This record gives sequence, C-alpha cells and structure tokens, in this order.
Amino acid sequence: MGDIVRFLARRLIFSIVVLWFVATIVFFMYFVAPNDVARTLAGRQASAATVAAIRHNLGLDRPLLVQYWSFLGRAAHGNLGFSYLNSRSVLSLVGQRAGVTVSLVVGGAVIWLVIGVGAGMLGATRPRSVIDRATTGIALLFYSMPTFLLGEFLLLVLFFRLHLIGVDWFPGAGYVPLATDPLQWALHLVLPWLTIALITAATYARLTRSSMLDVMGEDYIRTARAKGISRPRILFRHVLRSAITPVVTQFGIDVGTMLGGVVVTENVFGLPGMGQLIVSSITRQDLPTIIGLVLLASAFVIVANIIVDIVYVFLDPRVRLN
Amino acid sequence: MAAAVDEPLLDVEDLRVSFDTIDGPVQAVRGVTFQVGRGRSLGIVGESGSGKSVSTQAILGLLSGAHVSGAARFEGRDLLQMKDSELRKVRGAGIAVVFQDPLTSLHPLHRVGWQIVEVIRAHTDMNKKAARARAVELLDWVGIPSPRERADHYPYQFSGGMRQRVMIAMALALNPRILIADEPTTALDVTVQAQILALIKRIQREFDTALVMITHDLGVITEVTEDVMVMYAGQPVEYASNRTLHYEPHHPYTAGLIECLPRGTSATVSLKPIPGTPPSLLNVPAGCAFHPRCSFAMDLCRTQAPPLRKVAGGAGHQSACWLPTDLVGVGQEASDRRAAAARTPMPVDDGGAER
Ligand SMILES: Nc1ncnc2c1ncn2[C@@H]1O[C@H](COP(=O)(O)OP(=O)(O)OP(=O)(O)O)[C@@H](O)[C@H]1O
Ligand SMILES: [Mg+2]
Repeated sequence: MGDIVRFLARRLIFSIVVLWFVATIVFFMYFVAPNDVARTLAGRQASAATVAAIRHNLGLDRPLLVQYWSFLGRAAHGNLGFSYLNSRSVLSLVGQRAGVTVSLVVGGAVIWLVIGVGAGMLGATRPRSVIDRATTGIALLFYSMPTFLLGEFLLLVLFFRLHLIGVDWFPGAGYVPLATDPLQWALHLVLPWLTIALITAATYARLTRSSMLDVMGEDYIRTARAKGISRPRILFRHVLRSAITPVVTQFGIDVGTMLGGVVVTENVFGLPGMGQLIVSSITRQDLPTIIGLVLLASAFVIVANIIVDIVYVFLDPRVRLN
Repeated sequence: MAAAVDEPLLDVEDLRVSFDTIDGPVQAVRGVTFQVGRGRSLGIVGESGSGKSVSTQAILGLLSGAHVSGAARFEGRDLLQMKDSELRKVRGAGIAVVFQDPLTSLHPLHRVGWQIVEVIRAHTDMNKKAARARAVELLDWVGIPSPRERADHYPYQFSGGMRQRVMIAMALALNPRILIADEPTTALDVTVQAQILALIKRIQREFDTALVMITHDLGVITEVTEDVMVMYAGQPVEYASNRTLHYEPHHPYTAGLIECLPRGTSATVSLKPIPGTPPSLLNVPAGCAFHPRCSFAMDLCRTQAPPLRKVAGGAGHQSACWLPTDLVGVGQEASDRRAAAARTPMPVDDGGAER
C-alpha cells in the first residue's frame, strides 16, 4: 500500500511538471497569435478608446509575466479560464459537453474491446486460416479508413437508406442525455459508437492476435497442454491472461485521448461534445477555451497513463510501482 | 483397456516426426522404437538436436504442425490415434512431463498453488479446498519449506531449484504411471542438480512411477535409469542397460560419449562433444548418419544404413553399426580393435540389411 502512495506522489509531481509545461506553451502561443480578443469583443466600429478600456478590464494590458503568473495561479486552482466569446467559464462549457463525449467514448470502448479482442482471438487460434485472413483483411480495411468516411458511410446506409424505406431506427444526428431517455440516448449513439469502435477495433484485433501468438509459443503454454487442460481454458486462463497486457496499455491511451474530444465523429454526427467544442473554439479563435481544452486533454492522457500503470500491478505480480 | 500383464506400459514403435520448414522438411525423428515397463526407467541420451524432446512431445501430441507417424501405445491404446479429448485425459494424469527450464515452464502470472490445483481439477472432481490441500501436501513432499505460504507465491519468487520442485510436484499431482523428465537439471546449478536427481529417484522408489529421463549428460543417466537409448540425428543407435552402456558400448558414437565422460565424477559434468557436428536434419547423409564423424567408417557405412542388431553386451543390447557384433568396450584397446576390424573387409552378416 505504501508503494502505491509513494508511486502516486511521484507521478503527481511529474504530472504537474508536464501540465505546467503544456500550459506554458499554449499560454505563449496565445500571445504570439495575431488575434486581439478586445477588438473582437468591441466590434468592428469601436473606437480605440473602447478597445483599450475592454483590454484593461480583461487585464490584458498588464505585463506578460504578470498575466502568465495569474493564469498559472488560476489553472492551479482548476480554473481553466474564461471564454469571453461565450461569456462563460471554460469549465462550465466543458461541463455541458463532457457527458456527450464520455457517453460516446465509454460505449464505443465497450464495443471495440469486444470486437477487437474477439477478432484477435479468433485469428490467433487459427493462424493463417480463412477466418484469420478475413479478420486481418477487414481489420486493415477499417484501420486505414478515414473516420469521416466511415461515419458518412454508416449514415448513408443505416440512416438515410433505412429512412427512405421508412425505417427510422437510428437518428442521423443529435444527442439525448441518458437521464432523459435511455433508449433514445442509445439510439442516437449507435452510429457514432460503431464509427469509433470499428476503426479502433482494428488496432485491438491486430494487437491481440500478435500478442496471443507470441504467448502461444511460450514454454508455459506447452506445460498447460501437457497438464491436460482443455483448449478453451488454455486460451482464456493461460494465453489471454498473459497477452492482455499490451491491450490494456493501448486501451488506456485510447480512452484517455478520446475523452479530450472525439473531433471528427462528434462533428459528423452532430454530437455536442468536447470535440465539437474544440472545432468551434478554433474556428472562432476562442483562445481561452482552446487553452483550457488542451490542458484538460493533457490531464486526461496523464491520468489514463497513471491508471494503466496501477492496473499493471494487478495484471502482473512481477511489476513493481516505481 | 484390458492390457495384458506382460505388455509394456509404453510401447513406441517406429515413431517418425517431421516438420515443414521454409528450407524443406526437417526429419527430426526417423524411426524411434522403445518400451518402458511398469515402474521401470529409460534414459534417452544424445547431443542437442538429436530428437529427444521431439520424440516424447510427439507421443503426447504436444507438437503443433508436425507430421507424426508410427505408434505409441500407452496401456495398450495408441496415443497417436486418440482424439484430442481422450489424449487430454492421459496428459498430466497417466503421463506427466517435467520440462527443462522451470522458469519459463511455469505460468509467470499464476500462483504456483493455483497451477497445481488446476491440473488436479482438470482430471478429478475434487473440490477447490481439497485440491488446494493436496497441492500443499505435494509441495511439502517435494521439499518446499512452509508449503502452505509458498503455494500463494508466484514462480518468480522461487529459486531455480525450488521452481523445478514445483514443476515436479505438479507432475506428481495425479500419480502418473509415467514421468517424462526432459533435461530436468540442465538449467540448474550443479549442487541443485544433485538434489533434483535425488528427488526423482525418490519418486521412483516411493510411487513405482516409470521414468523416461531425457538428457545429453550421461552422468545423469548413470545415476537414475536402468536402461538407455542413445539417439543420433533422429534415430536410436544403441539400446543397452546402464551398466552395459558404460562398460561395453558397441556403437562408436556411444563409446565416444563414454570416453569423454570424466571418470569418477558424478552427475554434473556435461560431455565434451565428439569432433564434428551432427548432420542437418534437412539433408541426412546416406548410409550411417554418423559416418562423417566416425573414425572407423568403412565404405559400407557411406552407402548403407546399418540396421539395429543384437550385439554382445547382454540381454537387450542392440546397436546400429556395421562393426562386428562382438566388438564392444571402451578405451584404447577397444578402439584399436575397432580400427583393425574397420580395415578388414567383412561379410555383411545381417540378412535384413538391404533397404
Ligand atoms: N517446430 C519445429 N520446426 C522445425 N524443426 C523443429 C521443430 N521442433 C524441433 N525441430 C528440430 O528437430 C530437431 C530435434 O529437436 P529436439 O528438440 O528433439 O532435440 P533434443 O534432442 O531435445 O535437443 P536438446 O538437447 O537441444 O533439447 C532439431 O534439429 C530441431 O531443430
Ligand atoms: Mg530437448
């Protein structure tokens, strides 16, 4: 237990350093960027005096280092900044949209794990068979397919074509919160889930397959066979047990990255999540929001990595936290 | 099932194993025949790559992608003809295997107690608690201190010798009729080797388990087994009792192995190889496979493979060599006699030699 506390303390310090680094980079990019929030807010016709007054109100006329320091101070308290264009704090913007992205990622993750690991196992148990070649081929197809293309394709087939024949199972766009109507929530998410799941599952299929094939060549799998253990049990309790480790790493990274926003899928399906917020704040040059989202995304990735490291300890007794 | 009383426990006949590789078929085992009786012990000796492990693993169906032919009757039933579900009942229960490297042969992510319980429950309907108690008992029997606590440890928490004891405990879990030990001491320190051999001898004494001991170390054979089969390039070249093998070997390969054994030392020194290397199994030389390395090779040896013949050393002594059947022994004197015989053209005295 002491191990875990010490590990977390060390990782926390390291994470803060990384986040500080990221914050500094985005902060200075904000100032180098040829964009003047005060002028945007004041409007095209505003006098120079008005712009200056706004700038003063926002504290943008203070020396750079003073602003940097107050920015860091706010960030350290979990305040991601204020979106002048939306007249709201970035945190409340994020809060509004986090539910959508979390729903999308969690549901998609369940599907891609099942499909990916399942297909990988199928290929690994019958290497070079027809099934193996077929799953590898399909995996490669989805792996190399651009997300928007698959998304549009699913929309075309499962929404538009079905709609034409009078079947409206899957809505083409929009989001209904889980708490409002669980069925509509799921129906609205099916196509986006499939989109991220099919593309991501390809990686998991290949990873699971190669990892399992490696493990199958291990001496201890021969031992299990020599013990007279049944094939399914060898596959799950012996092979998969060892082969799952790289899959877990990949899973942590993927989920962590996607929680920061699933840009393309959210936009294709009109889901008001973090990914859409990213796109809209970039097009509107809403820099505080961009900075806040970048910091948040970095934090997700860092936290995901810490969780993966802790999970490792439970997966492999030989691994020490340090 | 109704095995005749005089029938051997394990009867392997003309076992052949080949693998398809990119370079062509590798003929790893080319006609191995041997028997092991109830409670008896057989040593299989030969250099690395001579097909010792492949022979025994083929019998249990542990080689994937190998072409296996011949017969391997265990208690009267041919293992090579069995369905996988039947064979699974034999593996681990009727015939158990201890492999060379206990570190890689135990699952690194499962507790050792779990691994023993697993084999027990795969073959019996014992409940978890009883199986666990049995696992602790086995760990105790093979000499693991505080077995109750150790059962919950992972393989990496054991030393090499202790790990091999765990492997042995796992192999003994169901009182197998045959224990196959495939170089069980090769990966271990010298002092630990002796302890493991002592343990294996104790198993034979106390449980009347038949033993097949694979090794490239003749010293190990000397200590543990009654009979010996010497293999070269996938074929048996000599069968003898342990005693005959050491004092009256017939095959020049066996004699060579004996002569480079340091006398008087025990189990521990591995043999220094005879000059040259074994042939590639992709392309085995014509005639006797050993002839390129044999100092007594005659013209006949280069063209015709010698069959196994009864030779002078005693009951059951057989050798696959064209030298006269009464020409047995080790040392300079025997070597001189072999050289003399090799210079004298001799009649082929075996009617069944032509193939
Ligand atoms: N899966 C395989 N594919 C191709 N060749 C193989 C395969 N397994 C074994 N062989 C070959 O079969 C031959 C016999 O191997 P085997 O493992 O039985 O040797 P061994 O006598 O046990 O030697 P060692 O003392 O090194 O364990 C070797 O030449 C090996 O290269
Ligand atoms: Mg071997």
